[in-house]
Amino acid sequence: MTEKKRFLITEEPISTEDVIQKVIRRECGAVTTFMGTVREFTQGKQTIRLEYHAYKSMAEKMLAEIDKEVSNKWPGVTTAITHRVGTLEITETAVVIAVSSPHRKAAYEANEYIIERIKQIVPIWKKEYWEDGTTWVGDQLEKVPYPEGAPQKGAHHG
Amino acid sequence: MVKVLLFARLQEEAGTDSLTVPQSDMSVAELKQWLEKEYGLTSLSNTMTAINENYTDDSALLSEGDTVALIPPVSGG
Repeated sequence: MTEKKRFLITEEPISTEDVIQKVIRRECGAVTTFMGTVREFTQGKQTIRLEYHAYKSMAEKMLAEIDKEVSNKWPGVTTAITHRVGTLEITETAVVIAVSSPHRKAAYEANEYIIERIKQIVPIWKKEYWEDGTTWVGDQLEKVPYPEGAPQKGAHHG
Repeated sequence: MVKVLLFARLQEEAGTDSLTVPQSDMSVAELKQWLEKEYGLTSLSNTMTAINENYTDDSALLSEGDTVALIPPVSGG
């Protein structure tokens, strides 16, 4: 059953092909895929590995929420999103987003929109393990204020 | 009674992933103040809040049995 869920948080390595298969339909003429992978160097600083944590039930719910936003903005697209949690090594895949659409433009645009929204509203956290310590990303220096205590509502791409 | 879920940095600060608050007669803002005092949690003004898995704001009032998640700035992807 888990294989069929279009919005999934998993501790297992992600099969990109499995995510793609969830959006393949006879109506679609385009499928775009985005893979987020673990980068070794960030501004010259070396990452040893990453650890992702999630509020799993709510995270899957927010992924479905993003799908709703996408359907409103690009009617006719189908999306599937899998995000991995746990410990990931350099080059491993953290997230796969697949979008199918009758025509390519919507598939490209919707896919980019989804990753931006994941970074805004989906309760998943990344902990960087450096050579000399650890950092919870998104939290250092308190650069991201949420004065209202809640994230902004959808559609920042206009 | 209200259940509070903690994640990421907050989980490490508190040394636990969940807390139980005996009373529910308060707002999210009041709960945050109480947690800062009782558990020494910091930067809660910078933290999003969800009640029963729905994002809400600091003025929201809690109800008996609610599950409140304190959500530091997210960093998925």
